[in-house]
Amino acid sequence: MAELLQFVFSGLTVGAIYALVALGFTLIYKSSDIINFAQGEFVMLGGMVTVFAALAGMPLPVAAAVSVIATTATGLALHRFAVAPARGATPVALIMITIGASIFLRGVAQIVFDKRFHSLPSLFGNDPIKVGGAAILPQSLVVLACAAIIVVVLWLFIERTMLGKAVIATAANRLAARLIGVDTRRIVDFSFAVSAAIGAVAGILITPIALTSYDAGTLLALKGFAAAMLGGIGSAPGAVVGGLIIGMIEALSAGYVSSNYKDAVAFLIILAVLIFIPQGLFGRAKVERV
Amino acid sequence: MRIMHRLTATAAVFGLCVAFSASEQASAQIKIGAVLSVTGPASFLGDPEKRTLEIYVDEINAKGGVNGQKLQLTVYDDGGSADNARTFATRLVEEDKVAAIVGGSTTGTTLAMIPVFEDAKIPFISLAGGIQIVDPVRKGTFKTPHTDKMACDKIFADLKARKLTTIGMISGTDAFGKSMRDQCVVVAPKDGITIAIEESYGPRDSDMTPQLTNIKNKAGVQAVVNPGFGQGPAIVTRNYKQLGIALPLYQSHGVASKQFIELAGPAAEGVRLPAAALLIPDKLPDSDPQKKVVVDYTKTYQQKTGQPVSTFGGHAYDGLMILTEAMKRAKSADGAKVRDEIEKTKGYVGTGGIVNMSATDHMGLDLSAFHMLEIKNGDWTLVPGT
Repeated sequence: MAELLQFVFSGLTVGAIYALVALGFTLIYKSSDIINFAQGEFVMLGGMVTVFAALAGMPLPVAAAVSVIATTATGLALHRFAVAPARGATPVALIMITIGASIFLRGVAQIVFDKRFHSLPSLFGNDPIKVGGAAILPQSLVVLACAAIIVVVLWLFIERTMLGKAVIATAANRLAARLIGVDTRRIVDFSFAVSAAIGAVAGILITPIALTSYDAGTLLALKGFAAAMLGGIGSAPGAVVGGLIIGMIEALSAGYVSSNYKDAVAFLIILAVLIFIPQGLFGRAKVERV
Repeated sequence: MRIMHRLTATAAVFGLCVAFSASEQASAQIKIGAVLSVTGPASFLGDPEKRTLEIYVDEINAKGGVNGQKLQLTVYDDGGSADNARTFATRLVEEDKVAAIVGGSTTGTTLAMIPVFEDAKIPFISLAGGIQIVDPVRKGTFKTPHTDKMACDKIFADLKARKLTTIGMISGTDAFGKSMRDQCVVVAPKDGITIAIEESYGPRDSDMTPQLTNIKNKAGVQAVVNPGFGQGPAIVTRNYKQLGIALPLYQSHGVASKQFIELAGPAAEGVRLPAAALLIPDKLPDSDPQKKVVVDYTKTYQQKTGQPVSTFGGHAYDGLMILTEAMKRAKSADGAKVRDEIEKTKGYVGTGGIVNMSATDHMGLDLSAFHMLEIKNGDWTLVPGT
């Protein structure tokens, strides 16, 4: 029993990380139909900038704030200078641009920072919380709580604010949104900035668990993307549930099946789900209007 | 006027002399080639190797060269690709006509180059870790770094000394972790060690508690060994502490750097791992034969490059020194004679250990090349008797 509980805790830890990364994909996708493959690099920047700002002598909260601001600016720049100029291009071309941006950001991070691994101190220390013979680190719960807060805030924002409605309008029909007076370019600007900020927060919170380095973003983005797809891309609760499911499958198959095949098991289940529910668990089926 | 003439004549003769000796020297240089992975994924190997070769070729030349001849170094960058390495190897042989080669940063590039140098009968000292380079022994191929197999042997010897014989092993699925895991599995029975349970993790995994829970619950396990590289071993060490596992934990030489202690934090207390002398110059007792060479190399490298020293640069240092020593003993740079002398290298004290080569051993290191370290109070301590 203690064994199962430990596997579940591991699943929660890993799942919360995936969920937090997956959340970054939702807003950009919602407003522009772009899957931003540079999202992983936002997460990496969040961690790395904090580490280096702290090394430069800033207190940790200040370093974290600097990192969120820097990453948000990067997200804004990505839209302004790379995505927006190619406005007329197909979503596939725009996705290519984000892949290019991710390679670029990784290269810059390698030169500006370094190639080593770094860690950050946990918010509530490293003493594990023991429940029924199993142990979980307080930081895992922080990550989980933060994912929940982001979901609620995003929901409030989309459902309760004018700006949120404008995001939905932009996503639904860009031309129509512009006709009713929505500055669509601003809206997409805004969604890139907020997604980058979410990525940075994710990076800061998961670095104490998963560590970070200039190339940490690639695999995180891959797992986060899988989580977002599984949950239904564009849906914030879906991203969290998707992340937790993948984390849980990985932990349970590492525990009960074989640690060699845990990634294979996870991706097999994702494939199966997407074959039967292509829009994902929480996604709305896309209806082409004629 | 007369004086003027005489002066001109003297100057002319002097000039001729200078020109003559310069041309003589150019023809009498010893050409040494190197193909290294200076850029690309293996740049952490090739970059310090290249810098080291350049620093020490300059130093040797400043001291008058080898057998009165200056060394001329030609370095090509293969970017980590075995294809490129082979092309450059051919170029070193056919165009540059080098007398010997130091380098081949990775096992892959080295294996691609071996046939070229063996055919040309040019002595080749590789800087890569793979045991396949010198096993089976090839006539003109040597290597300076220790192998993963030796790290396994060293860990197992320490386990036996503590009367622990049944272990659990958790390894990374990256190239390093896999290679060392395979070597450990092969040598374990010979060393009297039983691997009761084996687990693995991906190179970027962020939580290994399920695997460690399985090891913890396996009856009879007395210690845990973790072959791995990068951030994985640090997370394993943290999770180990999180789960409160009380068994001794062994890490590999893959994480033998201060960075590991920083990343793993307090969880690293009591962890043991094998490491080369180069990583702990100030921890070595003065009586240690390697003390002088590792301290000197560390000082020179850090002063000239402004970067922390790595074992990889040390391998290049050893390769160059073994080669030039052999040339001095052979009193020539002739390929066959130098090869014979490299094979006769005995008692060379290098950064990687004390090298004793023979016709059947083209690496020449034994387990004394590794020191067993234990982490105490956030720093390395030498385990006595190792």
